[in-house]
Amino acid sequence: MARETPAGDLRLANLTKRFGVFTAVDDLSLTIGQGSFFALLGASGCGKTTTLRMIAGLEEPTSGQVLLGDRDITRLRPYKRPVNTVFQSYALFPHLSIFENVAFGLRRRGIRSVDDEVTRMLSLVQLDGYGNRRPAQLSGGQQQRVALARALINRPQVLLLDEPLGALDLKLRRQMQIELKRIQTEVGITFVHVTHDQEEAMTMADTVAVMNAGRIEQLGAPADIYEFPATAFVANFLGQSNLLAGEATGVGGGDVAVTAHGTRFSVPAGRSRAEHGPVHLGVRPEKLILVGSADQVPAGHQHVTGIVTDASYVGVSTQYLVRTGWGTELSVFAANSGTSARVAVGSEAVAYWDPRHAFLLPRDAADTDRTSPVLDEPVGASS
Amino acid sequence: MTLLAPTGSGQPPPAPPAARSGRRRLLPYLLLLPGAAWLLIFFGVPLVQLAAASLYDPSGSLSTGYAMTWAVSNYPDVLQAYWPQFLRSFGYAGLALVLALLLGYPLAYAIAQKAGRWNNLLLVCVVAPMFTSFLVRTLAWKTILSDNGALVGLLRDVHLLAPDGRLLATPFAVVLGLTYNFLPFLVLPLYASLERLDHRLLEAATDLYASPVQAFRRVTLPLSMPGLVAGTLLFFIPASGDYINAELLGTPNEYMIGNVIDSAFLVRLDYPQGAALSFLLMAAILAVVFGYLRRAGTEEVV
Ligand SMILES: Nc1ncnc2c1ncn2[C@@H]1O[C@H](COP(=O)(O)OP(=O)(O)O)[C@@H](O)[C@H]1O
Ligand SMILES: [Mg+2]
Repeated sequence: MARETPAGDLRLANLTKRFGVFTAVDDLSLTIGQGSFFALLGASGCGKTTTLRMIAGLEEPTSGQVLLGDRDITRLRPYKRPVNTVFQSYALFPHLSIFENVAFGLRRRGIRSVDDEVTRMLSLVQLDGYGNRRPAQLSGGQQQRVALARALINRPQVLLLDEPLGALDLKLRRQMQIELKRIQTEVGITFVHVTHDQEEAMTMADTVAVMNAGRIEQLGAPADIYEFPATAFVANFLGQSNLLAGEATGVGGGDVAVTAHGTRFSVPAGRSRAEHGPVHLGVRPEKLILVGSADQVPAGHQHVTGIVTDASYVGVSTQYLVRTGWGTELSVFAANSGTSARVAVGSEAVAYWDPRHAFLLPRDAADTDRTSPVLDEPVGASS
Repeated sequence: MTLLAPTGSGQPPPAPPAARSGRRRLLPYLLLLPGAAWLLIFFGVPLVQLAAASLYDPSGSLSTGYAMTWAVSNYPDVLQAYWPQFLRSFGYAGLALVLALLLGYPLAYAIAQKAGRWNNLLLVCVVAPMFTSFLVRTLAWKTILSDNGALVGLLRDVHLLAPDGRLLATPFAVVLGLTYNFLPFLVLPLYASLERLDHRLLEAATDLYASPVQAFRRVTLPLSMPGLVAGTLLFFIPASGDYINAELLGTPNEYMIGNVIDSAFLVRLDYPQGAALSFLLMAAILAVVFGYLRRAGTEEVV
């Protein structure tokens, strides 16, 4: 099966793309391990597609390099790269049958007998028997799978997926996520998956890179990024966070002391990215626990007091908004585990947390508290 | 999820009453009526008359009158007399078509895919010559190609043309004229096809190991086939029946079948011969078109 020379890691070195004066991708450097499932996560317009297009060779970098193993492929023509793409728009050939669409890459490389391979690939994406149809006769989800089969059949060293699930409805999207992950494990090809859906990135990828305005804000395993985000942007793009503006006053006894809104808090030094000066003290909504009064807060925990202004019951949890004394509304998710009573809107409440669940990020002096609104399903803004 | 699926617009609309559906079925035919009547009167009737004329006694004349003798022999007679002009017509039109394709395909492609905001202006440029009459344009070429014109002088100076060589009154001039005059008929349908071509498909082809040549062969060309077929026919049919270009830019040695028909009707006043030639030309063109459509049709399927 393996037609390619032994593959290697995909490396982007100081990759930059400018369109006129606008910098779409800004000095991007990262290494994607061979055989890994890598997700590039970012809001619409942050430069994800441009990055993929440079890897595929469809866009020429303004500067920087793309390396595959030891090979510099920056200036290699796209049809000479062992890289295939599942396009955001699928880009299936309307004049060819599904069979010929899938066989396209093999035929261009002069491979004569393609029947077995195409049949096998169609059944891998569960489209047995669809070979004679035209793309226009398939549903969106089926077209997406054809696009996947058409790319995968070439056994590229790297498969690029540009928001391939964006056009699917939620149920099919979840199904395809599992499917894609299964296929990736099965074929062992490096997948670079672009998405603006943080849940998709987290469930599928081994490594997630959070991208913002052409730069990578943070890169790591999904759990690591989620538990200890590197910037305020990441903290609120990957899930939600309550970020309180404060001043760090130095390390003492393994903890960093913080003063925020007149109250003293502390965060373990290991979870602090700043020890002095303006900081954001961050706590995830699900790490906050709501009780009626301060004497119910267990020892060693920290708390803020406020008024419950909103409670939305969403089945698995109840999402509260608690307005603090200084006016910021904190989000609190209380799991619907049946162990705690619901708190009424309008009543006074205390939100407490374990300092080991908090994190400390450097903050621009001008920045204030940051809490994100309660979002439902991450909405698929198209790009 | 599927539980909620069929809650669309509720009830299907009630079936329309029979009378309305009857009128609705008639509507397309009513819309066809003016066109059909026009065709019948101005095409069908003259066609029958022409068919009759092609079977008149060839020894008749306009002054003595024609007798209907079912003279089928008119057909082999004219074919024997004028087969060189027949061949020349299709030869010149074919050559002009090849030239026009070489010029027109890249032109249409560039306007459709590369010209960006200039594409409308460029399209107007393609059509602009049509704003003047066909005759005037051809006469202009006569001036350009004339023996004491600048072009011939230049070609003689650089020895591309013998000192007594000429452009006007040669097959070259006629083919050039045909190419020039019918080029827009090829370019416009091609442009319409190529303009709809999604460049992302070409990127996908390139991503799937197709070199630029292969991408053209496997994606661009098949997807522009409808425009290519339409354009080729719109070019070839009038070009092979044309007589102006041979008349103005050629000599009797370059005469095409159009010139023969022209002189049969207007100079020699030999109506049976002119009619028989016209029918033969029509039959030949139809044969070429059907042969071409069958081939082009299967090509697209493969
Ligand atoms: N060909 C181009 N010319 C000019 N600007 C472009 C071009 N392609 C992309 N951009 C700009 O670069 C930015 C990043 O685009 P893109 O990589 O497509 O974002 P994403 O895929 O993350 O949504 C966008 O602001 C977009 O407008
Ligand atoms: Mg994109």
